[in-house]
Amino acid sequence: MPVKIGIPRSLLYYKYFPLWKTFFEGLGAEVEVSGPTTKAVVQEGVKLCVDEACLPVKVAFGHVASLKEKVDYIFIPRLVSVSPREYICPKFLGFPDMVRNSVHGLPGIIDTNINLYRREGDLYGQFLEAASPICRNPLKVAAALRSAVGELKRFNGRVESGMLPENAFRVQEEKFPFQAENRGTVALVGHPYNIYDNYINMNLIGRLDEARVRVVTADNVPEPVVNMYAGTLSKRLFWTLGRRMVGAAYHFLDNPRIDGIIHVASFACGPDSMTGDLIERRARRAGNKPFLNLTLDEHTGEAGVVTRIEAFLDMIDMKMGVDAGVGDWGLELGVGTQNTELRTQNSELRI
Amino acid sequence: MKVTFPHMGHLWICLKAMLEYLGVDTVVPPPSTRRTLDLGSKHAPEFACMPLKLNLGNFMEASEMGADTILMAGGCGPCRFGYYAQVEYEILKDLGYNYRLVVMEPPEKRISELLSRIRQITGNRSWLEVIRGIKFGYRKARAVDELEMSAMRLRPREIIPGQTDAALSAALDEIAGAGRPEDLPEAVERAEEIMRGVAWENRPAIRVGLVGEIYTLLEPFANLDIERKLGRLGVEADRSIYLSEWVNDHLFMGLVRGIRSSRLYKKSAAPYLRHFVGGHGQETLGGAVYYKNLGYDGVIQVLPFTCMPEIVAQSILPGFSRETGTPVMTLIVDEQSGDAGLVTRLEAFVDLLAEKRRGKERLA
Repeated sequence: MPVKIGIPRSLLYYKYFPLWKTFFEGLGAEVEVSGPTTKAVVQEGVKLCVDEACLPVKVAFGHVASLKEKVDYIFIPRLVSVSPREYICPKFLGFPDMVRNSVHGLPGIIDTNINLYRREGDLYGQFLEAASPICRNPLKVAAALRSAVGELKRFNGRVESGMLPENAFRVQEEKFPFQAENRGTVALVGHPYNIYDNYINMNLIGRLDEARVRVVTADNVPEPVVNMYAGTLSKRLFWTLGRRMVGAAYHFLDNPRIDGIIHVASFACGPDSMTGDLIERRARRAGNKPFLNLTLDEHTGEAGVVTRIEAFLDMIDMKMGVDAGVGDWGLELGVGTQNTELRTQNSELRI
Repeated sequence: MKVTFPHMGHLWICLKAMLEYLGVDTVVPPPSTRRTLDLGSKHAPEFACMPLKLNLGNFMEASEMGADTILMAGGCGPCRFGYYAQVEYEILKDLGYNYRLVVMEPPEKRISELLSRIRQITGNRSWLEVIRGIKFGYRKARAVDELEMSAMRLRPREIIPGQTDAALSAALDEIAGAGRPEDLPEAVERAEEIMRGVAWENRPAIRVGLVGEIYTLLEPFANLDIERKLGRLGVEADRSIYLSEWVNDHLFMGLVRGIRSSRLYKKSAAPYLRHFVGGHGQETLGGAVYYKNLGYDGVIQVLPFTCMPEIVAQSILPGFSRETGTPVMTLIVDEQSGDAGLVTRLEAFVDLLAEKRRGKERLA
């Protein structure tokens, strides 16, 4: 019987799943992913986790709990740093310890430190440690890691070409999954585990898709572009995900093909409180695109989200009408083409 | 150039001493009050932690007093404090404040990195003078900390309620008033004399260790004056972080020997939290273990709402409490905090500790 490794469908699953899956399968293990987030998963997570943690961490607890009886090991690496001189959120650094102290009846835990803070960070050594419960053959580990890194690169390429991670996991090649005919393009800016988890964000991407809106995310923006825009900050951001979000958002503000930006944050998220402010402030100064700030927590009500998305899309319609100069909205409101006031509308209510 | 800086407990005493010694025109913001916090909360991001909001309020109030340059500390993550200065600066800019910003990023390799940043503020002063200035500030910090330690020992044992606090504030004035390094030893002498004047009797006191996030531990306005409240309940408190220890650990890279160091906490945190998590998360757990080993009756963790490293520590502390039988209380503060609620919680916690101690004595 092959060893069964459980991977929670949460946190950086949306960024690194192909790497982890290919790696463990290359070692001869079987990989089991927890199911999509459901109400039961959230409730279990809320029960196990401290109140003060953010929704994605609570959801991750729920996913870990849902795996604990099904697998031999749960893979929850301690993600210290995935990029030189950058960290992720402190909660990622303490996540394995938080789980160990709060969830009972756990199977084995693989919580290798993944730390690439220093440029010479030893990725191979770290994965050798992660592999140790399954396979101690260094050659096999090196081969598995090599093919896993290759798989991750191909996955990243698919995501950069415009695919959403969940689609990019499954398919090798596909046309852009959204309808081409659209009402405009909206950029979603937020942590991957918030914007791609359809349960916790109330199917935000699906709703936008239904409304014939094209969606792009920070992950669709190539790294050099992100870095160029993030480089305009007065100090380098030390959070990898935050740097990506800010860089991509600044790019979206500059990109005429983007008609509006939705910033998705979790309630009480530490990095978002800073990066969100940096983004919103620049969006307001530029004043050329509708900007919606959605805050998610386990109490978020669906109706509130729907109303706010509708209001936001109305703003996009108005803006496109104004930009085109002949839109119904422009005529109806008698604003003509010169009016810039409509463009600066900013929806900031919180749900 | 009129330099201001944020408040954090009695930090202003040593910063002011250092800057004025170096001939820098300094504006100390008014002590943090409700108004400071309201100003800050109004303009800061909602989920920013409380220290950022208070910093912002401090800068806005200091500007009313004519300050035009902000001296701030930096950091390299993952705690968001490392990005405070930049976010605060952007907010102030949008509000129309015309501040110049100088950020002291912590030295990554050599202490000289810090010195060169200080020179941005001090201009053409000689290195020797700059080092003397820093030393002067540090000695004041140490003196202030020692006064606070003695106040925490005296409070539960004072005969006339409130006498310790009156003495402490007079003693701190002495330290703050010493304008030149050569005046400091005498000022310290006078301050100690004032503290010795507090009448006390030897009674057993419940002992509580305060651990948690540095700002909320050091700033009485932020932690709702928890040390005094505990003292009034007959508790001898100690806290895991003092300014001088922090400065020695983080700015001097442990140059001064013979005082408590955070390395100690990192070691004792190991069974519960095996990796640093930014901020003082690991020190919080290490501090809890340290106080348990010293035989303290309980531990209180203080943190600002949404503080990431402390949330990690908070979720691990119950495990520590279960395993060691040490009662732990968590106090989360933000702009919604109320005084009465805290007093009730502290009374209940202290009752619990007292009962536990009586139980132990009965068994003995």
